[in-house]
Amino acid sequence: MAVSDALLSVELRDESPGARAWRRLLKRKSAVLGLVIIVLLVVLAIFAPLIAPFDPTQQTWTAVRKPPSLQHWFGTDESGRDLLSRVIFGARASLLAGVVSVSIALGLGVPIGLLAGYGGKLTDMLISRITDAMLACPFLILAIALAAFLGPSLQNAMIAIGVTATPIFVRLTRGQVMAVKVEDYVEAARAVGNPPVRIAVKHILPNILPALIVQATISIATAVIAEASLSFLGLGQQPPAPSWGSMLNTAQRFLTNAPWMAIWPGLAIFLAVLSFNILGDGLRDALDPKER
Amino acid sequence: MLPFLGKRLLQLVPTLFFVSVIIFGLQQLLPGDPALAMAGEERDPAVLEQIRKQYRLDQPIYLQYAYWVGGVLCGDLGESMRLKEPVLTLIAQKFPVTLQLALMAIVISLLIGVTAGVISAVKKDTSIDYAVNLVALWGISTPNFWLGIMLIFLFAVNLGWLPASGYVSPFEDFWLSLQTTILPAFVLGNSFAAVLMRHTRSAMLQAMGSDYVRTARAKGLAERIVVLKHAMRNALTPVITLGALELGTLLSGAVLTEQVFSIPGFGKLIVDSVFNRDYAVVQGVTLITATTYILLNLLADIAYVLVNPRLRS
Repeated sequence: MAVSDALLSVELRDESPGARAWRRLLKRKSAVLGLVIIVLLVVLAIFAPLIAPFDPTQQTWTAVRKPPSLQHWFGTDESGRDLLSRVIFGARASLLAGVVSVSIALGLGVPIGLLAGYGGKLTDMLISRITDAMLACPFLILAIALAAFLGPSLQNAMIAIGVTATPIFVRLTRGQVMAVKVEDYVEAARAVGNPPVRIAVKHILPNILPALIVQATISIATAVIAEASLSFLGLGQQPPAPSWGSMLNTAQRFLTNAPWMAIWPGLAIFLAVLSFNILGDGLRDALDPKER
Repeated sequence: MLPFLGKRLLQLVPTLFFVSVIIFGLQQLLPGDPALAMAGEERDPAVLEQIRKQYRLDQPIYLQYAYWVGGVLCGDLGESMRLKEPVLTLIAQKFPVTLQLALMAIVISLLIGVTAGVISAVKKDTSIDYAVNLVALWGISTPNFWLGIMLIFLFAVNLGWLPASGYVSPFEDFWLSLQTTILPAFVLGNSFAAVLMRHTRSAMLQAMGSDYVRTARAKGLAERIVVLKHAMRNALTPVITLGALELGTLLSGAVLTEQVFSIPGFGKLIVDSVFNRDYAVVQGVTLITATTYILLNLLADIAYVLVNPRLRS
């Protein structure tokens, strides 16, 4: 017994941080559920043309606003389009918007945050004040304003959401860099003559990655809601291409005689956002060094 | 207190400056000739020339900014191209509607969020705690415009208890006003209630494990007194400041809620302006919202110092 315990402890000690986090994540049932739903949504989005029973843009005027049936599981919309197919294809816009806008925010926010945290005092002050100013503009209002000036399209909505989410990553990266840069291993890297860029990228960045991963996961949830909101307002995905937000916008007009039109896209947004939120919560616990 | 206030006010200057730069910069994102974009369908060269003159688009960008910010400082946010009215007048007309909605949403979310948070902390690791946490997760993950549509379907279309849309001022008819705003206020406050619940729960758990609560219990005080008078009073301080901060976020959420319930407030103004290419209004609303948010932030900081004697010195 003692030997097997000792072997287990040696095994755990040799485990890479990634493997350890993965093992801890798998212990959290809600996080695993979130991950499974996300994987399912990604599969649906990628293989939408193979999975969807109908063409999501095909109008059938003989099947307008039909309630859920064996032929149309989710019913049809005001143009006789199959709602299940539109919900499946809608996953593409939502997930794409979530991933692309968070990638934009990461791509801009992390280097700027590293610069603020590791650059000089003046650079830090300037970047921090601009970040404060951007954070002072409420998220959705700034995204709407940006999307309005850029023009309504899914691509511009993703840019607007990405740029609006950037200051969150700047502030997070800066804060993490401030905490990490006084650590001995950073001092040691500096003492052996590493240039600042190398220290920032090779020594600081890997150590602040867990916090960034958690924030990115939660931000995808926010971005999915933001894309749905912009599409709901008519500033995101343009018809006839399906998007959960724009489907809800149309559904609102037919609430009295076709309520199913509003149920499915809303449920899809809720499920996607919930999954990213619970996965984010699970990742936060799994990547927390205090939990070791 | 005064030095703190002075320092915080000084910090506002650069933030407000950069906010103005960002909002002014939005105009530069317009593809092609901004005058052409602002004119919409209008192609008359005389009109385009007038727009260029009015917005000083023929001048260097730093001068355009200087004139714009100069106007803003004197209360001139420009004129709505569609409604031919000063932007500030439009905002002043719509702001009270959104403010009423936001304040009602805060009251609703405080009632739900704080109560649920306290109960959840007191009943930690019981089925009640799990249920409250599930509801909070639901609240955070539900898009408020979908919740709005579903509640309209339930309470207006099916049950007929409340109107589906519209707005009546409380000064005209208080009860009718309450009927038209209760659903949107609930929808707006829903996700905030969930956030508040999580914060209250964790603040309460921290307070319940502190020495002064242990002392209160050791003195033989009733558990109700320990929770309500000792733990909750201390736990609620950060929650109240969070409430002040969230008022700004609620202004943002109001955009969708007002759209769903057709409420003629601040949010509907910005959406209508976006579709009518009324860019001066979009800039004006964004600027006022950001400034309100910054001022609320300042008030929250001051409130935090006022209620926490240790920070006063």
